[in-house]
Amino acid sequence: MSIYINENTRVLVQGITGNQGSFHTRQMLAYGTGIVAGVSPGKEGQQVEGVPVYNSVFAALRKHEAEATILFTPAPYARDAALEAIEAGIKIIVMIPENIPLHDAMEIMHFAHSREAVIVGPNTFGLVSSGKCKIGIMPNRIFNPGPVGVVSRSGTLCYEIVDRLAENGLGTTTVVGLGGDRIVGLDFIEVLTKFSQDPETKAVVMVGEIGGSAEEEAAAFIENNISQPVVAFLAGKSAPPGKRMGHAGAIIEGSRGTYDSKVEALVSCGARVAELPSEIPELIKQVL
Amino acid sequence: MKLYEYMGKDLFAHYGVKVELSRMVKTPAEARSAAEEMGPVVVKAQVLSGKRGKAGVISIVDSPDEAYREAERILQQEVDGEQVKCLLVSQKVIIHQELYLAITVDGKSRRPIILASSHGGMDVEEVPEGGMIKWPLDISMGYLPFMGREIGFRMGLQGALVHRFSDLLGKLYHMFRATDAELVEINPLAVCGEELIAIDSKVNIDDDALQRQPELPRVQEKTALEKKAQEMDIAYVDLGGDIAVMANGAGITMATLDLVQYNGGTPANFLDFGGGAGVEKTSQAMELMLGTNPKVILVNIFGGITRCDDVARAFASVKENKDINIPVFFRLVGTNEDEGRQVLREIGIEAYSSMEEAVRRAVEASIGKEEVN
Repeated sequence: MSIYINENTRVLVQGITGNQGSFHTRQMLAYGTGIVAGVSPGKEGQQVEGVPVYNSVFAALRKHEAEATILFTPAPYARDAALEAIEAGIKIIVMIPENIPLHDAMEIMHFAHSREAVIVGPNTFGLVSSGKCKIGIMPNRIFNPGPVGVVSRSGTLCYEIVDRLAENGLGTTTVVGLGGDRIVGLDFIEVLTKFSQDPETKAVVMVGEIGGSAEEEAAAFIENNISQPVVAFLAGKSAPPGKRMGHAGAIIEGSRGTYDSKVEALVSCGARVAELPSEIPELIKQVL
Repeated sequence: MKLYEYMGKDLFAHYGVKVELSRMVKTPAEARSAAEEMGPVVVKAQVLSGKRGKAGVISIVDSPDEAYREAERILQQEVDGEQVKCLLVSQKVIIHQELYLAITVDGKSRRPIILASSHGGMDVEEVPEGGMIKWPLDISMGYLPFMGREIGFRMGLQGALVHRFSDLLGKLYHMFRATDAELVEINPLAVCGEELIAIDSKVNIDDDALQRQPELPRVQEKTALEKKAQEMDIAYVDLGGDIAVMANGAGITMATLDLVQYNGGTPANFLDFGGGAGVEKTSQAMELMLGTNPKVILVNIFGGITRCDDVARAFASVKENKDINIPVFFRLVGTNEDEGRQVLREIGIEAYSSMEEAVRRAVEASIGKEEVN
């Protein structure tokens, strides 16, 4: 099994005719993702990698059915594109762009919540159910089927960790990128809840970082609600307070969002925290 | 982007939140003439640090001459590394009670949230647990007067003050939304008889929304290199150590810095040049990193959409134009790894495949355990 998406998921690509949109459409198709249509206002009738392009999400949905969409729309227009997808009834919206204004993000999350749509990101690499469906921008080769669920706030660090797992013969069920922004849709708790209901996910790797309190909230939840063992890695131990470390959400504000507070919370709920990325495969083998 | 107190108060006044009479000045003479007009005043340094009281850069004065002397003294101070360049001279007001009021973005509920307390004036973090009223707002409904009345009554306000408070909160919410603020804070919000006056302001604007906020003032709090990085759309932070670090992705860059520290080294900077940057942008990022005058260079690449050969070529081209006499450590894995390794080999660098090993070697070189090659 897998969570959120699988081999039957039909996917739209918003912003398909741009550089990123067309490049990643090719990559996703190569992975086996069921991309049914693209959207790019004013470009209806074109094709990208054999995928038909429409003027709007509504136009695409008159000809095709889709459960999910991935947005490559530039940040200033991302709010419009996301609200269009939600209004049209899409239930999983993966938002790749970063630098989306906070107030736009709050409005998107509110509308998504009212329509029971799931937002992944923004500022995410997306999500992938290994061997079945990839909706995102991550490299194809490292995501092979296996027993580990992965949920991460950062992209490349997550690939690094998934690659270490792969080198050790450990594949993944679903890998979810929450996104590096301060306001994101899916959070650790929602993804962990889905993993806990997935019989094929035997252990979970959580990749967090400094800033905010998502890891602490997840820790409080894990203790009573998650049956599988959890191994965590947290980035930013050496980060100085008050500085944004690349991600908008990766900032220690006063005494909030520190590395120590997150480690303490996770350890006290029974999760194992790896100090180095290289320790993760070994810790997973121990708990499997 | 943090705004100075006087900028925040200009915005308060613009949106109808009452502030005391005040004037921004840059010289002791201007401070004296402001005091002559206003009577007893408070002279306050305009810096972005929130610790002005403790730093001794807020002074209550009784005479224009004292205003002159205090202005002269405060203008020579530094707070958290920031030189005081201007002051706000504000009319002293008689305060009956100090409240705390703020609107910010709550990552957990993904909503705007009102924070209010009858314990104003002190550090927010010192407000006792339970002493802070928290009210997350439904963003589609926005602010409604009943919220302010409820919060006002719970803070112990009475009579006309409750309505004043509710009205003020509505104006503050309007400002919060209209300016794309991350935080608007009034601490203290002074109760002066039947009036509510904002005695201080803390306003942070969302950097990602500045493009659509052309009328807001601009405040630059970055170092020269950080500013240059921002123009190049590269995430960069000065850290002051010996090892210049670059990697592709915020999380992996942080993890690389953590490993540097774990091995006993000190990073010179945080530099995330993002995913899929081509040769040109990567070269620019490398030149930026060289600007930290490091002892050692460490590049950690896990290539996905970033191509290892692009990164290697970028370094080769930088090296061609610049004398680089310090040790360089590369970790290359992923897309076009073999091509990248070959390019580096041609300029005498053997790339590592393990991130741990590359970092360890870089740290050893930075503390002199390894000969410079």
